[in-house]
Amino acid sequence: MSFTKNLMSGTNFDHTSLNALQKVTLRAVVMSFLFYGLVALEGMIMRMVEVGKIPQNPIPEMFFQPEHFFSIMTVHPIIGIFGSTYQLVFGAFMFLVPYLTKKPLYSIKLANFVWIMITLGTLLAWIAAFVWQYAPLYTLYWPLPADTEQFHVIGGIVFIVGVALIMVGTFGFIYNIYATIFARIGVHKDKTTKELLISGFGIDGILNLFNKLIGKPPYTKEPALALPVVAIFRGTVDTFLDAVVILGAGVLVLIFLLADLGGLHLDVTAIDALLYKNFFWWGLDLVADGLVLIYVAGSWYLLATLITGQKLFMENVARAALMLELLVSWMVWSHHLLGDQGQPDMMKLISGEMVTAFELLTQGLALFITLVTLWKARPLKVTMELKYLLGGLLGFGLAVPAAIIQADMGMNRVLHNTQWIIGAHVHIAIIVGLYMTLYSAVFVLWPIVTNNTQLYSKKLANAHFWLHLIGGIGMGAFMGMAGLDGMLRRHLYVDGQFQTDMILAAVAGSMLLLAWVLFLYNIIMSVGLKGLIGIFLPAKDKTASYGIEPEIA
Amino acid sequence: MIFTDSLELLSFHWVAYTIYSAMIISVVAWFGYNLVRKDTKSVVRIPFYWYMAFLVTGGVGHHIFTYNTIPWVSEDISRHEIKPDASYDFTIAKHKWILPSQKIIVQCDERILFNVVSQDLTYGFGLFRQDGSMVMQMQVNPGSKNDILWTFHHNGVFNLDSTEYSGPAQYNEHGENLMKIDNILEVVGCKNGGSK
Repeated sequence: MSFTKNLMSGTNFDHTSLNALQKVTLRAVVMSFLFYGLVALEGMIMRMVEVGKIPQNPIPEMFFQPEHFFSIMTVHPIIGIFGSTYQLVFGAFMFLVPYLTKKPLYSIKLANFVWIMITLGTLLAWIAAFVWQYAPLYTLYWPLPADTEQFHVIGGIVFIVGVALIMVGTFGFIYNIYATIFARIGVHKDKTTKELLISGFGIDGILNLFNKLIGKPPYTKEPALALPVVAIFRGTVDTFLDAVVILGAGVLVLIFLLADLGGLHLDVTAIDALLYKNFFWWGLDLVADGLVLIYVAGSWYLLATLITGQKLFMENVARAALMLELLVSWMVWSHHLLGDQGQPDMMKLISGEMVTAFELLTQGLALFITLVTLWKARPLKVTMELKYLLGGLLGFGLAVPAAIIQADMGMNRVLHNTQWIIGAHVHIAIIVGLYMTLYSAVFVLWPIVTNNTQLYSKKLANAHFWLHLIGGIGMGAFMGMAGLDGMLRRHLYVDGQFQTDMILAAVAGSMLLLAWVLFLYNIIMSVGLKGLIGIFLPAKDKTASYGIEPEIA
Repeated sequence: MIFTDSLELLSFHWVAYTIYSAMIISVVAWFGYNLVRKDTKSVVRIPFYWYMAFLVTGGVGHHIFTYNTIPWVSEDISRHEIKPDASYDFTIAKHKWILPSQKIIVQCDERILFNVVSQDLTYGFGLFRQDGSMVMQMQVNPGSKNDILWTFHHNGVFNLDSTEYSGPAQYNEHGENLMKIDNILEVVGCKNGGSK
C-alpha cells in the first residue's frame, strides 16, 4: 500500500462500522494523545530553558522571561493530567464498564459532553496562560492565585473557568459510570442496589476472606461486579472528592478575582494560607495517591487477566486491598506539608509518614498479584500489551519507593520542592508507570474499539516502546540527580547552574517527544486522515454497548 | 551511623536508590525474559506473607532509620523545648527579604533558630552551599509560624533563597532571581571532618 493511500485511508479502518460507544471512546483517545504531544513539547521547552543561556541553545529568548516560563509551567500539569490522562482514562473506562458489565453505557450524549468539556476547559486554561500569562502554578498556594498585582484578572478568571469546565466534565464522567454500574438490567437485572454497592466497595472480598478464616463457605462465589469494575467504582469515589475540592478552590479564587474586577478589593488574609493548603492538598492528593493508584491497580488486574486468559491470583485479597487503598488515600495528604512548620507534628508523623508508608503495601500488593498472575500463565507470547504492562509495573516499582523515601521528615528537609520530587517520583510515576499501563490498555483495546483494524507498523510500535521507556526513566533519573544537587523544581535557572544534568534530561526528554511522534504517525497511518475525521462524525449505529445481545441494548 | 549534614545524607541516598533502581530494573527484565521462555522451570519462591512483612518493614523501618541517623528530625520535633544558642528573624514582603544583618556568623555546633515571617505570599526559606547543594529548607506561609532549628556541623559560607514559587516577580525580566542573597551566613570553628 502506498504512503499516500495509508495516510488518507489507513490500513483497513472503517469508521462507518463503529458504533456510538466505540466512536465516543476514540474521540477521547484522540484528544488525549493530541494534548500529550502539547505537554511533551512544553516539557522540552522548559527543560531547554533550564539548560541555560548558552549560544548553542536553540530556545528563543522569550522563553527565558519569567512570565512566559511560569505560564508554561502552570498549564503543563493541567494539560498533562486533565487534558491527556483524564481524557484517556475516562474514555477507556466509559468503554470498559459497559464492556465488562455487559450493559449499555448510561448515556452516549453525556460521554460526548465529558470529552468536549475537558477539551474546552483544558484549552481555556492554556489560553489564560498563553494570552494573559496567568501563572500561579497548579498548586494555587494562597493567596498567589488572587494576586492581581502580578497577574491579570481576566487571565485568572479564564483559567478558573477552564478548570471548572474540566471538573464539570469530570462530574459527567462520574455520573455516567455510576448510572451504568447501578442500572439493574442485563446481568444485573436481579441484583439489588445494596448488592452492587457491597461489591463496588469490595466488602464481598473482605467477607469472603473473613468467612475463609472462620471456616464458613464464601459470602459469594460470583461477585456482582468484576474486579476491574470494582477498581473503577472505588477510584471514582476519589475522582468525585477531588473534583469537589478543586471546584471549591476555584470558586474561592473566582470570588476574589470577580470582586477585584468590580473594584472591590477583598482581604486575602481572611483565608488562612496553611488551612487552605491542607484543604487543597487533601483534594489534589486524591489524584496522585488516590484515583491514579486505584485505577492503575484495577488496570493491571484487567490487563493481566486479558493477557493470560486466566483468573486473577488472590482475587479476594485484591478486592479487599482496593478498599484499603481508598481509605489510605484519604489520609496521606500531609506528606505534602512536611516542610510546613505550622503543620502539627502529629499530622506530619501519622498522615505524612506512617499512613503514607501504607502505599508501599497496597501498591506492592497490586504488583505482586499482577506478577504472579502473569507468572502462573507462562510461557506467554511477546506482545506489545505485555511489554507495556511490564514497563508500567517497572515505572511504579521505581516511583513508589521514591515517594516513600521523600515522605519522611528527615529526607523531606533536603528534598522538598527539588527536581528529585518531580523527576524521580512524579515524572517516572506518570510517564513510565501510568502511561505505559495506559499504552498496554490501548493495545489490548485497539482491535475491540476499532473493529480489528490492522496496526500500520509493529516496528514503529516497538521503537515507541523503547524510546518511551528509556526516555522516561532517563529524564526522571537526571532530573532526580539535579534535585540531589540542590536544583529546585519551581525555579528558573537562566545561568545553566545545573547544565550537565539538564542537557542529559533534555536528551532523554527528546526521546519521549520522538516516541510520541512515532506513535502518532503509526496511528494516523493505521486509521488514515479520513478515518480520523470520521471518528468525530455521528455514528450510524447508536448502540451504547459492545459485545452483548441486541435486546439488552 | 549519623549524618552530620545534607551532603552526607544525599550521597548515601544517591548510592542506595541507584542500587535499588538497578535491582528493580534487572528483576523486571529477568521476569519478562523468563515469562516468554518455553523452558523456564525453577524460580525463587517468594512466600506471600514474607513479601508483605518485607514491605511493612521497609515502610516503617525507613522512618525508624532516618529518625535515628538524621539529627534534625528529633531536633525539629522538640524544637520548642530546646533553647537555641542564637535566634535570627527574617521577614519577606513583596519578594524582598528584610534580613537580621548583612551577614550572620555562626559558631560550629551552635543551635540556631530561624524565624521567618511572610507579609503577603507563600515563600520558602532555604540555605544553599556555594556549589548550589541544599543545606535545608522550609515553607514560609503567611499568617502562621515558620521556624526552624538548625545545628551546623561543618564550616561554610551559605546563600539564602526562596524555595517556593511566589510568582514571576521573584525574577527580573532577564530571568535573574531577585530573592537569592549570596553569602548570608558563615559557619566557622569546625574541624575538617566536621564539628569542633
